[in-house]
Amino acid sequence: MKRYPPFVALAVLAVLPLVGLSTYTMHVLILVIMWAVIGMAWNLLGGYCGQVSFGHAAFFGVGAYTAGILYSKFDWSPWWGIPLSIAVVSVFSLVLGFIVLRLRGPFFALATLASGEIMRVTAENWVDFTGGTLGILVQKRTWVGKTWYYYIILLIAAGTFLLVKKLIESKLGYYFVAIREDQDAAESLGIHTTLYKTVALCLSGALTGVAGAFYLNYMGYIDPFVVFGLHDISIVTIMIVMVGGVATYWGPFVGAVIMVLLAEWIRSIPGLGAAYQTLFGILLIVIIIFLPNGIVGDFPKIKRLLGLQRTS
Amino acid sequence: MTDLLEVRNVSMFFGGLAALSDVSFGLRKGEILGLIGPNGAGKTTMFNVVNGFYHPSRGEVFFKGGKISGLRPHQVCKRGIGRTFQVVKPLQRMSALDNVIASAFLRVKGKGRAEEIAAETMRFVGLYDDRNVISKGLPLGKRKKLEIARALATQPELLLLDESFAGLNSAELDESIGIIQKIKARGITIMIIEHHMKVIMSISDRIVVLNYGEKIAEGSPLEIAHNPLVVEAYLGEEQSA
Repeated sequence: MKRYPPFVALAVLAVLPLVGLSTYTMHVLILVIMWAVIGMAWNLLGGYCGQVSFGHAAFFGVGAYTAGILYSKFDWSPWWGIPLSIAVVSVFSLVLGFIVLRLRGPFFALATLASGEIMRVTAENWVDFTGGTLGILVQKRTWVGKTWYYYIILLIAAGTFLLVKKLIESKLGYYFVAIREDQDAAESLGIHTTLYKTVALCLSGALTGVAGAFYLNYMGYIDPFVVFGLHDISIVTIMIVMVGGVATYWGPFVGAVIMVLLAEWIRSIPGLGAAYQTLFGILLIVIIIFLPNGIVGDFPKIKRLLGLQRTS
Repeated sequence: MTDLLEVRNVSMFFGGLAALSDVSFGLRKGEILGLIGPNGAGKTTMFNVVNGFYHPSRGEVFFKGGKISGLRPHQVCKRGIGRTFQVVKPLQRMSALDNVIASAFLRVKGKGRAEEIAAETMRFVGLYDDRNVISKGLPLGKRKKLEIARALATQPELLLLDESFAGLNSAELDESIGIIQKIKARGITIMIIEHHMKVIMSISDRIVVLNYGEKIAEGSPLEIAHNPLVVEAYLGEEQSA
């Protein structure tokens, strides 16, 4: 029984576009699935390996710019950016990891936060290569409708889900969690902690980069403030995983659904829309206090609370 | 015959403090060596030097004839030295069995094989019934055993036990002594730090005594018990009228 839910979910999502959803609904679905991919990628490093990154925008942005520059400078189809971003972001992660993985805990978090900002400032100022603050505009989008974009991101999400599940149930997963729980103990059990943290960073970065490359193809436009954004990408990524459930398979999906729908809903309320980040902040505080393991992680607790309410 | 482990003229300085000064001793294959000394004598520092957490300021450590001082802990572990920690370090949010599986992966690739080794090790130390408990929830005595199981699952030739008996009640104490003797019977060499004198005297083949970072005695338990320097280190100098 336990093996079926992923396939059922995939089947439902695969037939969803066939029922004739509006363009807007399709757009929201695409965003949800894209965020779930980023959340799963972050979870690999932050959730399982315990290295909490505040700078996933760096990977997302490098992925997006890989596809964008391929198009703007070399006149290739930006779709090649998806496979290419895996290579580019992996190399980028190696270099970044060499610097930031020497640090532990809050210092690691601060270093990753800084690296995201450094990438943004670089992209803003390296005008010849990146187009500076004007960003990159893809003149002709591949498809006008949303359906194909939806299936592509769904495929990426399914692949990411299977990859994460496979990895976490293997030796690598045990090593990641061992490092999260106690680096010194892990080291003395023969685990090469620096190596495995680098592996986690590269995998997490590359998957986030793929989402970034997809984003460029889908939106047709990127600029440094959005794709390297601290609030728009790095913080939202953390919130999605925190709300959904850290170190759970389904947490990033649940978190992405809630966060994207909530963002869309709040932003549509006149007068309140501008304050959506304030409301997100409040939500995060509530989640951390009452459901520290997220909705998926604390699901038994939620069920118990609801059960109690029914009996009284 | 060359020693399994050889500590040669090791000194370890922290700033101006000499935690270990010019300590040398050897460990023969198959024996249990007790490392004793008053608080702050440098016992755990010695373990950290052997295990690779510290690189000695002076001197060298050899294992099976190869130099291991200067290696990182995971490399030392790979060569065949397992250790436990005085302040237990369970992988808290993992089940007890998963703790041991994680360390069993050092020598095997497949998960099935790692699980077999882990289960066998858990039975060996008597923790099999608690295998599914999240290790954070285990009482101290069992966490100490988990430390031993985890170190054993890396299939070491030399096991470093850092106060594996501290804080145990007498029933647990007897059980743990039994486990140590079973480990020895498997041919694993053991170096053990222990404050419990009765235990250390009864299980050790030889004892090395440290005081203020210096080796002050080495010998059989009987020799150590009658060594005036050791008595002085533990009880203080005799008052001369």
